Amino acid sequence: MNKVLGGFGRGVGRGIIRMGIRFVLMVNKQGQTRLAQYYEYLTLDERRALEGEIVRKCLARNEQQCSFVEHRNYKIVYRRYASLFFLVGVDNDENELAILEFIHLLVETMDRHFGNVCELDIMFHLEKAHFMLEEMVMNGCIVETSKSNILTPIQLMDKTS
Amino acid sequence: MAMSGMRGLSVFISDIRNCQNKEQERLRVDKELGNIRTRFKNEKALTPYEKKKYVWKMLYIYMLGYDVDFGHMEAVSLISAPKYPEKQVGYIVTSSLLNENHDFLRLAINTVRNDIIGRNETFQCLALTMVGNIGGREFAESLAPDVQKLLISSSCRPLVRKKAALCLLRLYRKNPDVVNVDGWADRMAQLLDERDLGVLTSSMSLLVALVSNNHEAYWSCLPKCIKILERLARSQDIPQEYTYYGIPSPWLQVKTMRALQYFPTIEDPNARRSLFEVLQRILMGTDVVKNVNKNNASHAVLFEALALVMHLDAEKEMMSQCVALLGKFIAVREPNIRYLGLENMTRMLMVTDVQDIIKRHQAQIITSLKDPDISIRRRALDLLYGMCDVSNAKDIVEELLQYLSTAEFAMREELSLKAAILAEKFAPDLSWYVDVILQLIDKAGDFVSDDIWFRVVQFVTNNEDLQPYAAAKAREYLDKPAIHETMVKVSAYILGEFGHLLARRPGCSPKELFSIIHEKLPTVSTSTISILLSTYAKILMHSQPPDPELQNQIWAIFKKYESSIEVEIQQRAVEYFELSRKGAALMDILAEMPKFPERQSALIKKAEDTEVDTAEQSAIKLRAQQQSQTSNALVVTEQSHANGTPSVGQLSLVKMPSMSSHVDGNSADPRLSPENGTLTVVDSQPSSADLLGDLLGPLAIEGPPSINVHPQPSSNPGSDGTVVEATAIVPVGEQANSVQPIGNIAERFHALCVKDSGVLYEDPYIQIGIKAEWRGHQGHLVLFLGNKNTSPLVSVQALILPPMHLKMELSLVPDTIPPRAQVQCPLEVINLHPSRDVAVLDFSYKFGNDMVDVKLRLPAVLNKFLQPISVSAEEFFPQWRSLPGPPLKLQEVVRGVRPLPLLEMANLFNSYHLLVCPGLDPNPNNLVASTTFFSESTRAMLCLIRIETDPADRTQLRMTIASGDPTLTFELKEFVKEQLVSIPTTTRIPIQQTPTSPVAQPTSAPAALTDPGAMLAALL
Repeated sequence: MNKVLGGFGRGVGRGIIRMGIRFVLMVNKQGQTRLAQYYEYLTLDERRALEGEIVRKCLARNEQQCSFVEHRNYKIVYRRYASLFFLVGVDNDENELAILEFIHLLVETMDRHFGNVCELDIMFHLEKAHFMLEEMVMNGCIVETSKSNILTPIQLMDKTS
Repeated sequence: MAMSGMRGLSVFISDIRNCQNKEQERLRVDKELGNIRTRFKNEKALTPYEKKKYVWKMLYIYMLGYDVDFGHMEAVSLISAPKYPEKQVGYIVTSSLLNENHDFLRLAINTVRNDIIGRNETFQCLALTMVGNIGGREFAESLAPDVQKLLISSSCRPLVRKKAALCLLRLYRKNPDVVNVDGWADRMAQLLDERDLGVLTSSMSLLVALVSNNHEAYWSCLPKCIKILERLARSQDIPQEYTYYGIPSPWLQVKTMRALQYFPTIEDPNARRSLFEVLQRILMGTDVVKNVNKNNASHAVLFEALALVMHLDAEKEMMSQCVALLGKFIAVREPNIRYLGLENMTRMLMVTDVQDIIKRHQAQIITSLKDPDISIRRRALDLLYGMCDVSNAKDIVEELLQYLSTAEFAMREELSLKAAILAEKFAPDLSWYVDVILQLIDKAGDFVSDDIWFRVVQFVTNNEDLQPYAAAKAREYLDKPAIHETMVKVSAYILGEFGHLLARRPGCSPKELFSIIHEKLPTVSTSTISILLSTYAKILMHSQPPDPELQNQIWAIFKKYESSIEVEIQQRAVEYFELSRKGAALMDILAEMPKFPERQSALIKKAEDTEVDTAEQSAIKLRAQQQSQTSNALVVTEQSHANGTPSVGQLSLVKMPSMSSHVDGNSADPRLSPENGTLTVVDSQPSSADLLGDLLGPLAIEGPPSINVHPQPSSNPGSDGTVVEATAIVPVGEQANSVQPIGNIAERFHALCVKDSGVLYEDPYIQIGIKAEWRGHQGHLVLFLGNKNTSPLVSVQALILPPMHLKMELSLVPDTIPPRAQVQCPLEVINLHPSRDVAVLDFSYKFGNDMVDVKLRLPAVLNKFLQPISVSAEEFFPQWRSLPGPPLKLQEVVRGVRPLPLLEMANLFNSYHLLVCPGLDPNPNNLVASTTFFSESTRAMLCLIRIETDPADRTQLRMTIASGDPTLTFELKEFVKEQLVSIPTTTRIPIQQTPTSPVAQPTSAPAALTDPGAMLAALL
């Protein structure tokens, strides 16, 4: 076996610690942002530029094309639900399918709370969408995948208010 | 209850939604921002509920892409609200609007800490999440121990601990120096015994970060990871909530396998066996199912398992199994799986044993290169690029070229670059290489950088067999109606050089070649016109006997461009016109270009340097390893130019004919110059500078200012003062040298005394450049010996004659310098004690019948061991007083000083690293300077200098020098004196044999010219 390269080396000695998920965007088919959560700091101008580029690239794609788009030095894993696109920016070596299903987990969690979630639910309950996402992703890493655990704090809030 | 009853917010969102266009939206947003601003002005009157509502509006507006530059304080203040809903909003909005460097964040640090160490679990979670998302250094400093405690606390519930794990991850990543993880291996191992899958999921991310930084410390975690994987794979004790479409948390499975990939290997046979069992089960047991989600989730696990198998260098059987799986994946219709199949196959190229199996899938991969999806095409391109070798290069490159015609804009550049690299690396024969590059230029000229066509020219010039073929091809392309300008350049160049080889073919007479090339002239840019002029000159030279009609046509063109405003074009036109009237002499001067020295391909180097995505990069590295690049002292690599150097690097790949003609003209017979003196005046200028660019490309070596290049010394040596000066330091024995130096050796030496790189010596055959770095009492010099000719320089000898105070070590100098090559010889210098003596390089070589021997002073002079230091009045005067008088402090009245304005004198001092400290001396006519001197005997020693000038008589001054070492004081005093009194060449060269030493003429004009300071003074 080829030992010259020290095995397949998932960053052994590479020294670069990657963060996994860089951002989560929800955009409708007109390209309007409905939710934006970044896990690395970008200025407003950078965000606007990035969202514009991504929307242009991803929304033009059709159902027969794959769910991954390479953009700059990272990838976008995306999925479309009716009028809404969920776009997740990840590092190049992230497991794409795991992220793709993570999007679906997010949607199922929202479904459980809102009952068949739609764009309007997210618009008018932006805070809840944020709360759910915050329970699922922290610092670019997946923190929880159990729907009931994710929804507990929101139910708690509903009770108190 | 929309927005938890925040009606105003719902109304606002509806309004925004109903906006017909961006302008309306902006107006509505502006109105709302005004409203919020007014409300926030009277913050005390706001209830927490109202505050919460406005803060959400701000977040909403921010999300829409509008700047929200106020109200941050209000968002942060909500964090300290007592009630959960307000606090929660405070935390979330703060972490969305602010970043870790924001000042307001500091205000909240105490509240955040109280929440973290408090008893309220939900508050703990909120605080940990915010710190985990935006916590910076100050948070790490004040909170890391608390967070660490929470993570391992047995009294803490999983919902808090999972957040603590990721919070700690953030603090550690951002500030590894603050967060102490020593001794965390045991705790991490303990943590991995956890049953709760939420805690495990986030702990695994933390583990990845810790292991990737230092896997040695975390070996104890490895068996635990395997246990977790076994537990998930066997579905043992997995709560329903963590099962996703029947698969036990695919995300935790993926993350665990990822963590395992950060350990270089698994030694323990038992652990290895259990792991391979699990992996085997995943590889074999993953079937394609109808349900998309289940299918995706199981394949997510499968692809991660593949990566882990590759990483672990599994047994050959398992590897082949992986390749077989990937081969299946790249043929399926489902685009996601196909994409991932291609991507992982590229990674698999790292494993050498399987490359032949991968090659079997070549046809399938080429199909994907034509897929309608650009994501898939990119993966296919990367894979083809990575799997290309000599056996399949022809097929693959031809596919790439074919695809180039239809590829979208976004991919063309990458495609052309990759095709060019592969063609160069794996060309089965060179004519094919030329074909490929010409096709590339033809199909995607805009994306073919100069490097690529320069490289073709290099290959063609260096391979005689290739020349007629390349010329014929170039001729063919010229028949095409609209060709790219790069094609014009390369064809014109090749036909100029080798067009005559085609002379007997139809359509290839000099006249026909000229007219078809000349057709293109009206449409090309100036850089191409220069090339065309050279081509015309060469065509003219090759048309023997001369065709008067062609000659007149070409002369007319040269005449026309003689008045071009582009200096390059103008110069070429003038020179070619003159040259072409010389008849037979033209033949020599415009002869074919000499072969190029072997160089590393700039293209391949660029490809290696370019930061590309991991898969691609690994492929390039792999290729680079297979193709061990030759590298030796003669390989001139492209490097970033030091400040201010003209970027000759790119162009230096190709010598333009005009440049070479100068060189050839010089080298063919330097004694010709008296005959065609006017010609030399014109062309010796660019020749030295261009050659410098070629030979010394990567260095910041400045050529001599053009005024220094006087042809006269060589034509009539010894007839006037300048010549005496120019040859002053060449000892008398060398007068026998038939070869005369170019430029003034003494001036070159003086210039090098105040700067660290430049030309030390040049004659028609060789150029010696020098580049130096000085650190304390040590110097690292490199001598660049560049052979300017097409034949080798032999019997090369370099001998250093060091003075007593310097220890010098010159690395081996080769006996022969190949044609047009440059040799670099490092020279190490150590300064033992203070002295003004100068080292001499005795350099000799043979060229043809000429034996050249020159003795050159090396600029390892006293001021190179000085470092300017700025001294304040409080430091200066006590030092000054503590050195009372001789021999540590010496004073001297110096007469016959070159009159200099005070400012010029200060500049002169500064240029010698004697830092003038303005304002220290109250008398404006005085100068005070300080410096540190380095030598082995004195170590670092402070030197202080005071100069008192007399405004009435600038030719005299009083100088006082002080240091802690008597020799240093004396030597420095003499050194400074030498710089102030205009003595052109120091009398202290050890081997002073010059009989006509011009010491006696301190104020004569030519002598003053040797010193940069004097030159300046003369100008003023």
